Amino acid sequence: MSQRKLLEITNLTKRYRIGDADVLALDAVNLIISRGEMLAITGPSGSGKSTLMNILGCLDTVDSGSYRLAGDDVSKLAGDQLAAIRNQRIGFVFQNFNLLPRLSALENVELPLLYASRHDAKAMARAALTTVGLADRTHHEPNQLSGGQRQRVAIARALVTDPAIILADEPTGNLDSHVGRDIMDLFHRLNLAGSTIIIVTHDHEVARHCGREIQLRDGRIVAEVQHAPQHQPSTTKEATTAAGLRNFPVSSSVS
Amino acid sequence: MANKLRAILTMLGMIIGVAAVIAMLALGNGAKKRILGWVSRMGKNTITIFPHNPKIAPVLNGAADPLSLGDAQTILKIPHVKYVSPVVTAWQPVKWGGNFTTCNIIGCAPTYIKIHDFKVQTGAMFTDYDCRDRASVAVIGPETAERLFGSQDPIGRTITVSTVRFKVVGVLVPKGRHGWFDPDNQVMLPYTTAMTDLMGRLIALNHIDLQVDHAANLNSVQAACQKVLRLNHSLIYGDEDDFWIANQIQVLKMANRIGGAFSLFLGSVAGISLLVGGIGIMNIMLVTVTERTREIGIRKAIGARRRDILRQFLIESMIISLLGGLLGVGAGIVAAHYVKFRAFTGHVEPSMVFLALSISAAIGIFFGYYPARRAAALNPIEALRYE
Ligand SMILES: Nc1ncnc2c1ncn2[C@@H]1O[C@H](COP(=O)(O)OP(=O)(O)O)[C@@H](O)[C@H]1O
Ligand SMILES: [Mg+2]
Repeated sequence: MSQRKLLEITNLTKRYRIGDADVLALDAVNLIISRGEMLAITGPSGSGKSTLMNILGCLDTVDSGSYRLAGDDVSKLAGDQLAAIRNQRIGFVFQNFNLLPRLSALENVELPLLYASRHDAKAMARAALTTVGLADRTHHEPNQLSGGQRQRVAIARALVTDPAIILADEPTGNLDSHVGRDIMDLFHRLNLAGSTIIIVTHDHEVARHCGREIQLRDGRIVAEVQHAPQHQPSTTKEATTAAGLRNFPVSSSVS
Repeated sequence: MANKLRAILTMLGMIIGVAAVIAMLALGNGAKKRILGWVSRMGKNTITIFPHNPKIAPVLNGAADPLSLGDAQTILKIPHVKYVSPVVTAWQPVKWGGNFTTCNIIGCAPTYIKIHDFKVQTGAMFTDYDCRDRASVAVIGPETAERLFGSQDPIGRTITVSTVRFKVVGVLVPKGRHGWFDPDNQVMLPYTTAMTDLMGRLIALNHIDLQVDHAANLNSVQAACQKVLRLNHSLIYGDEDDFWIANQIQVLKMANRIGGAFSLFLGSVAGISLLVGGIGIMNIMLVTVTERTREIGIRKAIGARRRDILRQFLIESMIISLLGGLLGVGAGIVAAHYVKFRAFTGHVEPSMVFLALSISAAIGIFFGYYPARRAAALNPIEALRYE
């Protein structure tokens, strides 16, 4: 079990000060996530899901407690060191996609590789777009794509650096339900291929697709649910995505 | 579209500033070239003695003790003086057949063309005998020949200067005009004839021109001239000179002083415009950074470091600044071409364009640094939340 441990947070506390009031966004949270897991974080609005996500994604720092990612303590790092971790080990997927509007799909996916000064950026970005089933949309700009396609581009951008973990904050929140299901299928396939994925959601349907669900309330973990293994991914887009997966580097820790 | 308009308005300061830099350098360069050309065409190692001292008589009026032929003869005896010519000048109409021109009439010795490096194209310069005999002969400039005779040969024909008739014996090789003074449109006469027949038995010379054998002797000859002239004019200790001895170096220095004042004026226009341009660029970059806060957040979320963001915005402000600089170079070249300051025409060289573009790039980086640093320092979470 211990070498499968990817991420460990201990006694994590985060508070926000608004005027005189002190908001405890996270209250002594403990959590261990293993390699290859697909985890859902649920809870009512304001319960601290996004705050937890931002800390796990090294966008924000903790007030107290520790955060170890792949064995390294990252809770003491700052600035450019966190930027390097975000670049190499984290892949973000946002509710509102957060693509750069004037760049093509391919250029958006390339961007994290350019910050890492990779020379084979174009080929890797193309492979990632193939993985998410958008091989034929590489030169479209975000406003020429549907919501589901935009989210696929965002997912390609998250996985193009082969990160240790993919973090998705309400990835289906802005999508129609059937498009949301396609996106969840995609996460499933990535998870089967070895990616560790954490999804924030308040959609129970989405949570049930994940192996484990933790529920937050007022900054504390109040429940943890194990879900039965879910259905196999639907076969609608099998032809393109399966070919893409074979081309794409897969995490070595798949058992 | 609105963005483009905004960018152009922002660049206006840069455009004006760089145009002023180019115009300044080009006109300064043109002025230098003109003066050097003028001085070199005056002949090498020449000294000109005027009958007025600008220090005591800044306005030209009758000199108390004018320069005389005697003065010129004394100067000829000074060692290292190669040639001397007394000079009288007048502005007179010249006629031949039905044609007519008004030009500078110069009464001088044959040495005048050696001192000032004129060459004779056809015919020959008049001689010392012509001077002795007060011969009615003339050597004319090529422009004068063209105006009076067109394509006909002037040699041997008789022209009328004022009311006196002269036979043309020579035509000069063109030198090219320099501004207000045109050596190609002039008539040279023996000084004796000019003084007696044309200028009413005048005894005062307009100046004495001389050439020294070597540049190293300019100063000693100048001092010797001063000494003999003070003696001739019976000046005693404490009296100011009643003449002025000018050599080329002094003329050059004076021209440089004029050029310096000129550069200072355009330089301050350029400096102020570039400052305004730089502040404009800083302003538009601050607006850009605010408008693109969310983009900065996204870039940081996927791993952009401070220096990546810093570099991105510095490059952007440098590009705006360079574009302004390029337009300014264009405007400056046009301005230098059309705006003529007296006789000075602008003269643009590649090194000036290079300098102007380097200045624009440097301004882009300098004034873009603060906005770029603000962008780089943004907190990623807050930037992502920005609407
Ligand atoms: N930047 C902030 N400043 C002040 N309070 C904040 C900030 N971000 C979050 N909070 C507060 O922290 C709590 C948790 O917020 P959040 O993590 O966004 O919840 P969720 O994503 O579950 O809706 C809320 O009470 C929220 O108001
Ligand atoms: Mg949230």
